[in-house]
Amino acid sequence: MDHATLRSVITVVSLLVFVGIVFWAMSGRNKDRFDQAAQLPFADDDLDSKAMKERS
Amino acid sequence: MQATASLNHPAASTSVSDTYNYKIVRQFAVMTVVWGIVGMLVGVIIAAQLIWPDLTMGIPFLSYGRLRPLHTNAVIFAFGGSALFATSYYVVQRTCQTRLLSDGLAALTFWGWQVIIVLAAITLPLGFTSGKEYAELEWPIDILIAVVWVAYAIVFFGTIMKRRTQHIYVANWFYGAFIITVAVLHIVNSAAMPAEVLKSYSAYSGVQDAMIQWWYGHNAVGFFLTAGFLGIMYYFVPKQAERPVYSYRLSVVHFWALIFTYMWAGPHHLHYTALPDWAQSLGMIFSLVLLAPSWGGMINGIMTLSGAWHKLRDDPILKFLIVSLSFYGMSTFEGPMMSIKTVNSLAHYTDWVVGHVHSGALGWVAFISIGAMYYLIPRVFGLRQMYSVPLISLHFWIATLGVVLYIASMWIAGVMQGLMWRAVNTDGTLTYTFAESVKASYPYWTIRLIGGVMFFSGMLIMAYNVFKTVSAGKAYDAPIPQDLPAGSTPMPAFAKAASPAQGD
Repeated sequence: MDHATLRSVITVVSLLVFVGIVFWAMSGRNKDRFDQAAQLPFADDDLDSKAMKERS
Repeated sequence: MQATASLNHPAASTSVSDTYNYKIVRQFAVMTVVWGIVGMLVGVIIAAQLIWPDLTMGIPFLSYGRLRPLHTNAVIFAFGGSALFATSYYVVQRTCQTRLLSDGLAALTFWGWQVIIVLAAITLPLGFTSGKEYAELEWPIDILIAVVWVAYAIVFFGTIMKRRTQHIYVANWFYGAFIITVAVLHIVNSAAMPAEVLKSYSAYSGVQDAMIQWWYGHNAVGFFLTAGFLGIMYYFVPKQAERPVYSYRLSVVHFWALIFTYMWAGPHHLHYTALPDWAQSLGMIFSLVLLAPSWGGMINGIMTLSGAWHKLRDDPILKFLIVSLSFYGMSTFEGPMMSIKTVNSLAHYTDWVVGHVHSGALGWVAFISIGAMYYLIPRVFGLRQMYSVPLISLHFWIATLGVVLYIASMWIAGVMQGLMWRAVNTDGTLTYTFAESVKASYPYWTIRLIGGVMFFSGMLIMAYNVFKTVSAGKAYDAPIPQDLPAGSTPMPAFAKAASPAQGD
């Protein structure tokens, strides 16, 4: 395979991977795990406010 | 046994491994403010030099050509870089619920980065430069940057490896992409043959050198100034708005769209040059495509506030964060438009480009960093909020007016310059000399200086507010939650093995 063909193949494969990612992200199966992940910044809120209270 | 004891007496058994490493966050956060002031002061000086060319009395190391790279390096890598280090270390620990992989390596990144900044501040005014925009530093400093960056990558990804949560929060994906890509960009673009201690020659020549430089240059914008700061956005906007990100799904899609697209946009910096025409057109098309993932991020950030718009009314930190996203949307609309070759033939080399850059750099990068610092600084000093909230508000308004003056004057100046340079008489000669376009630019350069001084004054207000906050607070390291949050699944086995031993 010459360079030009290889480059074209990589470009097409990249596009297909991206389309795959879009389908993966949009599929309903992932809703729960995405919801869980979206809550991560708030997971330790309680502990934080408790620690702040103890200090004040 | 130990676990029960620590539940009953949380204070008694707190050891270093039970807390987050906030020390590194405090160091970088304070330096963000310091370097912001230094970098923007240099910006104000060079803006004034355009109006009064003799301002620095002909002293060579204070001349425009030497101070300009100092300004860009200081605001991008010292101010922006410190903000990225501070927030990424904070976010990766808190969303992985574990302490940084190595306190020592983290300290190395802090001191290493400061040494690099100081070396830049010495060598650039002395005229040592490799002549590559945003990559001017000479080879020994480049090597030091590479070493510090590898240490940063080890600390960041090592912390993700030993996380106690199942998922890797989306902000960390953006920080991770930023760290990996900047390493690749820096190492490839800085490849050079040293001639002396502070003189080297690029490993590439001619148009290849130009293409690699702008592959680097545009991805420095895309990954340093965009992906990294989107990492800030994805943590601090939800936290300050007290609600999860609008669409996690959209964040995944626009992350990968950005990754797949940004790499190809560099050629738009080389329109109508010796770069092959097809490469220019390719760069233009990918730049146009970039509008979609960029706006995906903007929409996701702004819509996080949906249903809670009232919070915007009296929370100046949220104002900083949300207005930064508006500027991000504006500049990522403007950028693709400017990359269209016919538009670029008018805009290129004019002040329109300078206005565009500052709409992104001041409006987006600086605003989101400032907002994140106002959120983060009180928390790492054990306080609930900054010393003065009204002063944050004042900072917000003076900075916003400053940016608007800056970019509006640069738009007008830029379009005017472009039109003057391309104007031809019926016999084909140029209608205006270059000096005439310089003369016509003075009023706009003056307005730009006023805008810049306003933005700079905002940073001084911030410095005062931060000083009072730090004085009132005390270094504080938040405890790491020992029990897993409700609803989460057990940690993976490898994370269990890597987590620090309990007890002494």
